[in-house]
Amino acid sequence: MSSINRFARNIEAEITSNRKAGAYHHIALSVGEMAAFTRPGNFVAIKVGGENSNMVLRRAFAIYRSVDLGNGNGQIELVVAPHGQGSSWVAARAVGERLNIIGPLGTAFGIPTEPVRALLVGGGYGSAPLFGLSEVLKARGCRVDMVLGASTAMKIYAPLEGKRSVNALTITTDDGSAGIAGKVSDVVPDLIDLNAIDIVYSCGPMGMLEAITKISVEKGVLHQASVEESMACGIGVCMTCVLPVKGEDGIIRMLRSCIDGPVMNGEDVIWDSKRSIPEGTWGK
Amino acid sequence: MSSFDFTTSLGSAQFANPIFTASGCAGSGKELSQFFPLENLGAVVTKSIMLKPRSGRATPRMAETPSGMLNSIGLQGPGIDIFLENDIPWLVSQGATTVVSIAGESVEDYAILARRLRAVPGISALEVNISCPNVENRGQVFACDPVTARAAVESVRRNIGGELPIIAKLSPDVTDIAHIAAEVVSAGADGVALINTVLGMVIDTNTLRPKLAGKTGGLSGPAIRPVAVRAIYQVRSRLPHVSILGMGGVASGRDALELILAGANAVSVGTANFGNPLATMMVKSELEQLLQDKGFNSLREASGYAHRPEGNYDH
Repeated sequence: MSSINRFARNIEAEITSNRKAGAYHHIALSVGEMAAFTRPGNFVAIKVGGENSNMVLRRAFAIYRSVDLGNGNGQIELVVAPHGQGSSWVAARAVGERLNIIGPLGTAFGIPTEPVRALLVGGGYGSAPLFGLSEVLKARGCRVDMVLGASTAMKIYAPLEGKRSVNALTITTDDGSAGIAGKVSDVVPDLIDLNAIDIVYSCGPMGMLEAITKISVEKGVLHQASVEESMACGIGVCMTCVLPVKGEDGIIRMLRSCIDGPVMNGEDVIWDSKRSIPEGTWGK
Repeated sequence: MSSFDFTTSLGSAQFANPIFTASGCAGSGKELSQFFPLENLGAVVTKSIMLKPRSGRATPRMAETPSGMLNSIGLQGPGIDIFLENDIPWLVSQGATTVVSIAGESVEDYAILARRLRAVPGISALEVNISCPNVENRGQVFACDPVTARAAVESVRRNIGGELPIIAKLSPDVTDIAHIAAEVVSAGADGVALINTVLGMVIDTNTLRPKLAGKTGGLSGPAIRPVAVRAIYQVRSRLPHVSILGMGGVASGRDALELILAGANAVSVGTANFGNPLATMMVKSELEQLLQDKGFNSLREASGYAHRPEGNYDH
């Protein structure tokens, strides 16, 4: 046994609910004791396509919320955007069907020991893990503000029960169909100042995470980002989901977003390295 | 008690069962050890280790393809020093039977790696990955030229000492794989590993460019299994007594049986581990059952069985 994947289990989980929410599907799974080991930021890897599928790789989904019901029972909830063959297959599953899942996987958001002032920033269905995080932060006495952005109103995922867990919610859309017209990065600087934010948590497309990192570095606030690199295995064996990250020793290494992430310190990630290895990377 | 004999050997190395991980498909071993004890594998084949730390290629490194995937990792790894300090002792502590895979950029790299490994305890065999660009030959892959394939293997043979079996891993991207196999065996290899990935490319029809940052990548998964079966069959015909470690799209006991019937003595599971961390254990139990259902008393009896003349007794 090792410390890698130490809470991960491979189980068949029954779908207890699957409902459409705007452009997404909200899916609840009965997962037994897995829920008790799940923390905000963790993800699951789901086998897709059924028995004779030609899709050989799992699909990773952020966990929206986990509910430990005690006595080895529990539920996790996912927000699925059916944009590819695999995610569309998952979204089309009926209540009562079983999904082969591995979880919980990856790092979780760091929870401050002091009651701090937190700003949660989500892009598209990247908002999913932020509501569970918000509940935990609120329980610790933190003030929680949230900004959600998407291209259009249909792609904002902000369920009623989720909204209850935040103090104030700001919405931005590129087309102005909901909230403020613009990007989350347009409103984040003012929100940090206005609410005297201590820490920013973000989840969404890589371009958004890069923009939020720039802002948080300028403002001198902590920033934890949940990154989105495409994965083949989710359990650390395939080495495809790597990204360049600067370590405490100042050295840049290609780290796996499934094992060393998805939650990482925003300012440690070298965001602007698309399709190249940054100069000075270990072993380049 | 079943008297079925599941043991196998590659060169002089003995293995309790024939199911191995494929190089580069089991991480450091730690990642899979949460799901099953590594000692239950015939062997862990490590990722191909090189002399120096290596960042690997930029992303995107992967594209899913029908019944397979394309990868371009670029041999990311810590280099031989850290590998010997961390990875090997950990695998030994787990009771894992270990085959070390090495890769070099020059003939001299292979020599140095062999010298570094020859006195290391806890290693059962060496897999020599020669599907790497040779910097001394305009980046041509060693495995695709009988002369350079030979040179890399000879270099390992001269430096490894007597004990450790050498398994040369060959590329299927050649005209006559049995010829390359004969060359590396005459250069001192005890066996061959068949097959490495098949070179491929995916073009993203949204960006209108190759999907992978490295442009080309290695195709793996069930899509390439018939290529593996063919290569193993051809090499077994040409070299009836050489050890063969088979791999290529094995995801079930039935798939492993196919490679064994073609002539493999052991079978590595690669891409299937990505979709199912328990793939090796499933393949192992299915294969053991299947061999017995077909009436074989041992794995050795089934190896190469598809080569028997017409009219012979059929199981």
